[in-house]
Amino acid sequence: MTEFLQQLLNGLSLGAIYALIALGYTMVYGVLRFINFAHSDVFMVGAFIGYYLGHHVPESTVWGGLLVLTAAMIGCALLGMLIERLVYRPLRSAPTLNVLITAIGVSLLLEYTGQLVFGAAPRTFPPIFPSANFHLGPLTISSNQLLVISVTLILLFALRFIVMRTKIGTAMRAVSLNPRAASLVGINNDFVISFTFALGSAMAAAGGILYALNYPSIDPLMGVMPGLKAFVAAILGGIGNIPGAALGGLLLGTVETFVGGSEWSTYKDAIAFAILIVILLFRPAGLLGKFTVEKV
Amino acid sequence: MLKQFLILSCLAMSTAVLPAADNIKVGEVASLTGKEAAFGQSSHKGTLLAIEELNAAGGALGRQFELLTEDNQSKAGESATAAKKLISRDKVAALLGEVASSRSREMAPIAQNMKIPMISPSSTNPTVTEIGNYIFRVCFIDPFQGTVLAKFALGTLHAKRVAVLTSVSSAYSVGLAKYFKETFAANGGTIAIEQKFSEGDKDFRAQLTAIKAASVDAIFVPGYYTEAALITKQARELDLSIPLFGGDGWEAPQLIEIGGKAVEGVYYSTHYSPENQTPAVVAFVKKFQARWNGEIPDAMAALGYDSALVLADAITRAGGTEGAKLRDMIAATKDFVGVTGKTTIDAQRNASKSAVIITVKDGRFQFVQSVAP
Repeated sequence: MTEFLQQLLNGLSLGAIYALIALGYTMVYGVLRFINFAHSDVFMVGAFIGYYLGHHVPESTVWGGLLVLTAAMIGCALLGMLIERLVYRPLRSAPTLNVLITAIGVSLLLEYTGQLVFGAAPRTFPPIFPSANFHLGPLTISSNQLLVISVTLILLFALRFIVMRTKIGTAMRAVSLNPRAASLVGINNDFVISFTFALGSAMAAAGGILYALNYPSIDPLMGVMPGLKAFVAAILGGIGNIPGAALGGLLLGTVETFVGGSEWSTYKDAIAFAILIVILLFRPAGLLGKFTVEKV
Repeated sequence: MLKQFLILSCLAMSTAVLPAADNIKVGEVASLTGKEAAFGQSSHKGTLLAIEELNAAGGALGRQFELLTEDNQSKAGESATAAKKLISRDKVAALLGEVASSRSREMAPIAQNMKIPMISPSSTNPTVTEIGNYIFRVCFIDPFQGTVLAKFALGTLHAKRVAVLTSVSSAYSVGLAKYFKETFAANGGTIAIEQKFSEGDKDFRAQLTAIKAASVDAIFVPGYYTEAALITKQARELDLSIPLFGGDGWEAPQLIEIGGKAVEGVYYSTHYSPENQTPAVVAFVKKFQARWNGEIPDAMAALGYDSALVLADAITRAGGTEGAKLRDMIAATKDFVGVTGKTTIDAQRNASKSAVIITVKDGRFQFVQSVAP
């Protein structure tokens, strides 16, 4: 029983990171109806911003850690907006397939520019937050795991608040529903889309920092696997749906951890992805997604 | 394009001698970047130092050595391409490399087919030299290392129940785990639980939680330093305070850099210790530090150095660089004195050398004991 609860805890903290990245995929999809494959590399850039800034703040302090986290989120928000402005906006009226391939191109560009600028050798991420182990009866949780879960929850609720309760959030939903009608009622679509990219990229940066804190060896290709899993999590939860992305991330992380701790650990990705296929067979739009008929 | 640029710049940095028609070309495949970059860098620095010294002493057969280095980025699939390029385009006389057994096994069939001798400085998996009679190594092999570690766990750590955490995608890890388990079980130990992971995994909490539930005395991690450091760190975060130990794949400064305080008290076996006071080691450490900004050479550097010297010695005895003749001369290497002890190539084209056990104390590597073969 202890082992089960401990694994559940491990799974939730891993899933929380997937959830953070998945939010970015799902938001961009919700507004623009395309998968931003460069998202996982924005995640990597976030970790590297943290790496460079982390050496300039005192180690293991809460304010230093929060400062680095905020700076990385701002840095990546700007990067996300820049990518959107330079690459995706000129292709706004092009077929989705073109945008999709361009997104893969941007992803590779970021990865290999990263190898040139940051170097291909893995770096050691500095311990920017203080770390300790907490005990809940027989369970052990590290402060880093706790941090991941709480930051994810805070950001998730903040995001939910922005989307559901603010003016810009209403505009985002309007653009998502019908971009043409939205611009007819006076919404500046370009601004809303820019804002969506900024928000999603900031989430990715937070994910990058939290990931690097938990697994302190970072390299320019670090985003590939977590990015793929988060993408899967977003689809699992119903792409375009914010609580769905979070649910998908947590589910994927938990399944992976339980399989990883069993004797079938070699098959952990295979089993996690097989479950995805089974769920999608029964719920093609994802767990919380609504199935919509494309009008021709 | 970018990759070519990287390779070219690596070449530009590492080719000390300008190409000339009658140089003896030696190809080196190393993981200069990527996940196991620490191995490739160390090994390359050792090899380059040896080549520079040989050239300063006049080379061999009145000719200078020329080292051509290719980076495989620690990636699967790149080593074979690199070896092909070195042999067919650059016409190297022999190949040096790789550190990781999986990548040596990718290069070896190419060298064997083209009848170009290949010396791996530090691949310890026995299957590497089984690929063919042109493939050699200058280090001990995993059946020996596994035995050393099993006896160390039972004798020094007094561990009766051990957990094994293996990387399934690394030939080195799978091999070393197998030999460890055989000796450990044969000497009265129990393998309480076996868990697996893949290269590139970063989260090991699931496996470690299962290991914790199995209440063992120690954890054996045959793997490379990045995973070893992350595993140790996560084990400590889960309040597992039992000793962790591994093989020569753990030896890199990154083990301490990534692991921090968590890796205090871990043990691993390797090929040599810079603390050794034999004249060969003392002289090597001094030369290496003078050449590479005071860096202390680790086992990969020492083996990289020895591999180049063994090759140069064979070329001198062969009186040329013709493949078959050179192969015979490498195979005939006997009692060649290097930094990592005497190298004698046996019938299986392996070397038999002693192992040392090293621990981490106060953020530094420290010599514990030496085990003769």
